[in-house]
Amino acid sequence: MSADPGQFTLTLLQAIVMGLLTGMVYGLMALGLSVIFGVMRVVNFAHGEMMVVGMYLAWLAFDQLGLDPLVSLPAVAAALFVFGYVLQRTVINPFIGLPEHMQFMLLLAVAILLVNACLAIFGPDTHGVQVDYMFDSFNIGPLVLDAVRVYAALAALVVAGLLWLFFTRTRAGKAIRAAADNHVGALVVGLDVRQLYAVTFGIGAACVGAAGALMLLIVQVHPFLAIDYTLLAFVIVIVGGLGSMSGALAGGLLIGVSEAVAGVLLQPSLKSVFSFGLLILVLLLRPQGLLARRS
Amino acid sequence: MSGAHLAVRGIAKSFRGLRAVSDVAFDVPGGAIHALIGPNGAGKTTCFNMIAGVFAPDTGDIRLDDRSIAGLRPDQICAAGIGRTFQIVKPFMGLTVEENVTIGALAHTPHVPEARAAARRILHELGLDDRRGVRAANLTLPDRKRLEVARALATGPRLLLLDEVMAGLRPTETDQMVAFLKDLNARTGITILLIEHVMRAVMALSQHIVVLHHGEKIAEGTPQAVTRDPAVLEVYLGQEGH
Amino acid sequence: MTKTVWQRLTDGVPARALGALGLLAALLLAAPFLLRVMPAGDYWLSILILVVYFSYIGQAWNIMMGFAGQLSLGHALYLGLGGYVAAALYVNLGVGPWLGVFVAIAAAMLAGGLVGFLGFRFSLAGVYFALLTIAFAEFTRILFDHFKWVGGSGGLFLKVEADGSAFNLQGSPLLFYYVILALAAAVFVLCRWLLTSRLGYYWLAIREDPEAAQAAGINVLRTKLLAVLISAGLTAVGGVWSAFYYKNLFPESAFAMGRSIEVTLAPIIGGLGTLFGPIVGSALLVGLGDLFTTLAEYLANTWGIKAAGLKQIGYGVALLLIVMFRRDGVWPWLARHLGYDRRREEKP
Repeated sequence: MSADPGQFTLTLLQAIVMGLLTGMVYGLMALGLSVIFGVMRVVNFAHGEMMVVGMYLAWLAFDQLGLDPLVSLPAVAAALFVFGYVLQRTVINPFIGLPEHMQFMLLLAVAILLVNACLAIFGPDTHGVQVDYMFDSFNIGPLVLDAVRVYAALAALVVAGLLWLFFTRTRAGKAIRAAADNHVGALVVGLDVRQLYAVTFGIGAACVGAAGALMLLIVQVHPFLAIDYTLLAFVIVIVGGLGSMSGALAGGLLIGVSEAVAGVLLQPSLKSVFSFGLLILVLLLRPQGLLARRS
Repeated sequence: MSGAHLAVRGIAKSFRGLRAVSDVAFDVPGGAIHALIGPNGAGKTTCFNMIAGVFAPDTGDIRLDDRSIAGLRPDQICAAGIGRTFQIVKPFMGLTVEENVTIGALAHTPHVPEARAAARRILHELGLDDRRGVRAANLTLPDRKRLEVARALATGPRLLLLDEVMAGLRPTETDQMVAFLKDLNARTGITILLIEHVMRAVMALSQHIVVLHHGEKIAEGTPQAVTRDPAVLEVYLGQEGH
Repeated sequence: MTKTVWQRLTDGVPARALGALGLLAALLLAAPFLLRVMPAGDYWLSILILVVYFSYIGQAWNIMMGFAGQLSLGHALYLGLGGYVAAALYVNLGVGPWLGVFVAIAAAMLAGGLVGFLGFRFSLAGVYFALLTIAFAEFTRILFDHFKWVGGSGGLFLKVEADGSAFNLQGSPLLFYYVILALAAAVFVLCRWLLTSRLGYYWLAIREDPEAAQAAGINVLRTKLLAVLISAGLTAVGGVWSAFYYKNLFPESAFAMGRSIEVTLAPIIGGLGTLFGPIVGSALLVGLGDLFTTLAEYLANTWGIKAAGLKQIGYGVALLLIVMFRRDGVWPWLARHLGYDRRREEKP
């Protein structure tokens, strides 16, 4: 920490902006969790593992084909969509509506499989991508913004925007939202709920896959990141409001900033103290989420 | 054991600005059987929930034998001597019928064997003997209703709140339940307040009826008087056509 | 009240099941001596120790989830706290574990009381309550990373002492085996006792329907809190045992989310809310873990197939299959087939 107050303010401001940029990607990751929970009432305990799968796929595309994660993103998202769709159809669907501990155990088994499949295939070492703009940055006044973070955040924003269009403008999207609001109602009007659930899980997986591809621009991947991302996604959706899409994005920004600021104010190793403290407070005082309207 | 006197004094309750119950007052003397009737949404169950402690009345007071019980928790209300059933029955699904009722009986004895013996007596009275070892989840609706009454009774109440325990029963089953409640009241002197849509049961059981409409009391009196009351006829004939 | 304790504990249990239980107890008591004559007996004893340990902490967790229906995914908090308190007292102040364990229990109960009170007071249930338990465990992990008195992130180590004896829980695996076996047996009997008590009935009522339970006169907050306190206290004892058995503690592993999850596996896989669930689940899971380790070694040695994570993949597949096809756990299904179930349910 600098003794100069002006320098300190700048450092803090810099951290906040960085946190916002990373937070966009966090938000996209949490969005997937929120969509799945909102529609199916299933808490995806394998969410971080799916994120790591997305990161590895993006790394593979870079390593084998030389593709920038920004370019391979649609393919990674599509692959995760298929994975999520099939997983829902075959494994998860019978567990919808069952007690939480059964869903938890099921997804835990899925998580163990995913993380160890990554471990078996890619090994325990870290892998990252080296893009040409790795060390580029934009200067806005006295602030220095890493190009990778800026691009990742913009791309996350684009994906979230596309998702928003899907949910508000397409038949399928509206049907999914209807099913989320009223399960019985959706059954009555004759929506194929099984199909909708599978598509929803696919979309949730695609979201987190896309977030994984973007995250690879910022951090290096190794299999044991998974559980931390699962926890992080939980924290974000609770803070933003479980099941709320805009809440997930805003929660992502908030947690991104809180981690970055904690890294400046406290030691970096204490960065998640803020997040977990916030999680405890929100759970106790506003379990519907900071940003959700009281229903 | 004798029945307790329930005095409801001007209670009111709003949910998010909507008045569910306003200024309702009535008495149920010890040992009496009274009924609370009214169309759907009249505020009957809200009244019950305030008496049973699910939520506190915004204003007014509820007294049991001259002790104020308004604002107590449901378990405290139960300890004070009020047993209740739920309109949508809530048996402990994964437990057996006997275990369900034993849990009720544990309200007045810490000893499980004693509670179990009490539970068996009540199950016998309600004709649920042969269902003792069945999981509640596997019961038919009429049996679940009887189980609901058995569990409430097992807590040893001096006032029994019955929320639509006849709904969904066949006429013979209704008659059995009516006979049981009459006999129970005659034997033990327990006070009973029931919400009921089955008018046959209401007329056969209750000495006094309170009629609610839109959260307000619009009439009360003997069954004969209430059924001739123009305000009541207006509500029932005007809205439901029977 | 003429019933003896024995009668109360065994009421309604088929004689065959009691006989089998007696046999199991005798086998477990004699196991170290039977294993001694086997090849790699020490190795098998270490496996058996794991089975008993996980059945002990699974049983403790089961009180909260299986009996009272409160999902805790943060039991590493009580394990870690218990271990750290006893180990720090011993290393820093020279207080032996047989005394320290009581401080450890008190500390864990205090933590559990806080988590439970806050969670229940603010009406958190299901996943929300589970997340609160995770949050507290993670919070504590980070705090202990910076708690220098217990070594911070560098860890806390128990020296292997030359004059180590049972008085300070130092000794051979045999000592640790019998200590954890005694604990597991005690918690088994305690759980059976609790289930036949008013408290046990009240827990089941709350698990099935909290609203109806309250209407039946049960103080729900206090009853749930008792489940957390008892569960946390018992878990802390397991934490002390594990700290002295492994002789080292790191916040990263002592309070890890993965450790919390490990606690839940055996009772859920074995059969939630049952007394044998944690035991059967633990034997099954530790057995499977060992099987896949052996298999991975075989693949590596015979076919030259070497990959980290292979054994966990096998483990994951097995777990997935069990969860998918034995949703209520293995024990209820097994008990039916063996005719050991108490036949609580008679046909109408």
